[in-house]
Amino acid sequence: MSTQAKAVSLISGGLDSMLATRAIMEQGVHVEGINFFTGFCVEGHTHAIRNKDRQKPKRNNALWVAEQLGIKLHIVDVIEEYKDVLLNPRHGYGQNMNPCLDCKGFMVRKACEWIQQNGFDFIITGEVMGQRPMSQRKDTMPVVQHESGAGDLLLRPLCAKHLPPTLPEREGWVNREKLFGFNGRSRKPQMALAKQYGFTDYATPAGGCCFLTDKAYSEKLADMWQHRSSRDYQLDDIMLLKVGRHLRPRPHFKMIISREEGEGKFLEGYRKQFLHLRTHSHAGPLVLIDGEVSDDDIQLAARIAARYGQGREADQVEIEVITPDEQHQMLQVRPLAHYEIAPEWRV
Amino acid sequence: MARIDRELDARRLLCPLPVIRAQDAIADMQSGDRLRVVATDPGVKNDIPAWCRINGHRVESMDEQDDEIVITIEVEGLGTPAFTDH
Repeated sequence: MSTQAKAVSLISGGLDSMLATRAIMEQGVHVEGINFFTGFCVEGHTHAIRNKDRQKPKRNNALWVAEQLGIKLHIVDVIEEYKDVLLNPRHGYGQNMNPCLDCKGFMVRKACEWIQQNGFDFIITGEVMGQRPMSQRKDTMPVVQHESGAGDLLLRPLCAKHLPPTLPEREGWVNREKLFGFNGRSRKPQMALAKQYGFTDYATPAGGCCFLTDKAYSEKLADMWQHRSSRDYQLDDIMLLKVGRHLRPRPHFKMIISREEGEGKFLEGYRKQFLHLRTHSHAGPLVLIDGEVSDDDIQLAARIAARYGQGREADQVEIEVITPDEQHQMLQVRPLAHYEIAPEWRV
Repeated sequence: MARIDRELDARRLLCPLPVIRAQDAIADMQSGDRLRVVATDPGVKNDIPAWCRINGHRVESMDEQDDEIVITIEVEGLGTPAFTDH
């Protein structure tokens, strides 16, 4: 190849993809970053909703990494396409609702399509053999390579020495001798390489970068599907699972109760889609009702809503019930006592 | 007031969606055009300028009022990013 080789790197915002990218840049390859937004990315989401978090400095780590590396970053919306990955994972789920192996294959396939459309030569990931229980094992790494269609255009610089040479290595675009043989769950080799490259600040997300690896989130998602006629979802559905306290007092309806002002403001945006409740006589939460409800259900929901407001000890609390088409109704209710909130209602 | 060539309503969208929508809008715009983004997620105050810097666009102004953030971007206002390959 007479011109400079070009690679696209899957940038998650974490350290491994940052190191893998830098390692290939060091070899004179032109690298640009790509980041896929599935709707379940932890990156930059609920931290913007809650008031206490609005005060914290925020950054999108993928953008931050790209800026540190001095590369372009292409953020791709894959929300719709990702549904099939989550709903029908060929390789099943991990500990929670995380279809990690299918997810990795999907993202590498999308990157493969991208390099074909944009005239790039190969793909880099920050995978390390043995680091993740599902997608980064010796036996599953070839599965990603095969099922994504990337074949030997997929280079994993951090563990390349444990894998057969890829096209970029065979063609001499990349010197295999300068790649790495990291293996296992220890982070020490990555920390040492980070130090060598002068990276002193990098993200270390404790629970990974995806809400689907989170137990509580996965349970809310499973509950939503269980009580709907289909396992489909829209972006709003999966956003709402990240916000508020979720209670299901009856199988046919769920309440989403704001826990503080920031969440209340966020839920305000859904007023035209849901029946909702506000406490009038006291300060209290905004509550969205998800499901078809009877008058008795609304009474119960109002009593629960009153329980989570400042009037929880009052004899009567005034609750306003508002339909999506702005029909208003006032109810006077007695707040439920703490012991009347059944533990199994909590989603 | 500078000419605005395109408006993007990114209210209620959480990051990185406002960045993605701005990126997609700019893909169809010409160098020197101006995009105005209206958003409610405070994350855009960091994310949109960061995305602009790495892609060679210039944030011309950023204002915040009543929980809304208005950002005006000049397409390729910084020229081609001055990154060098290692």
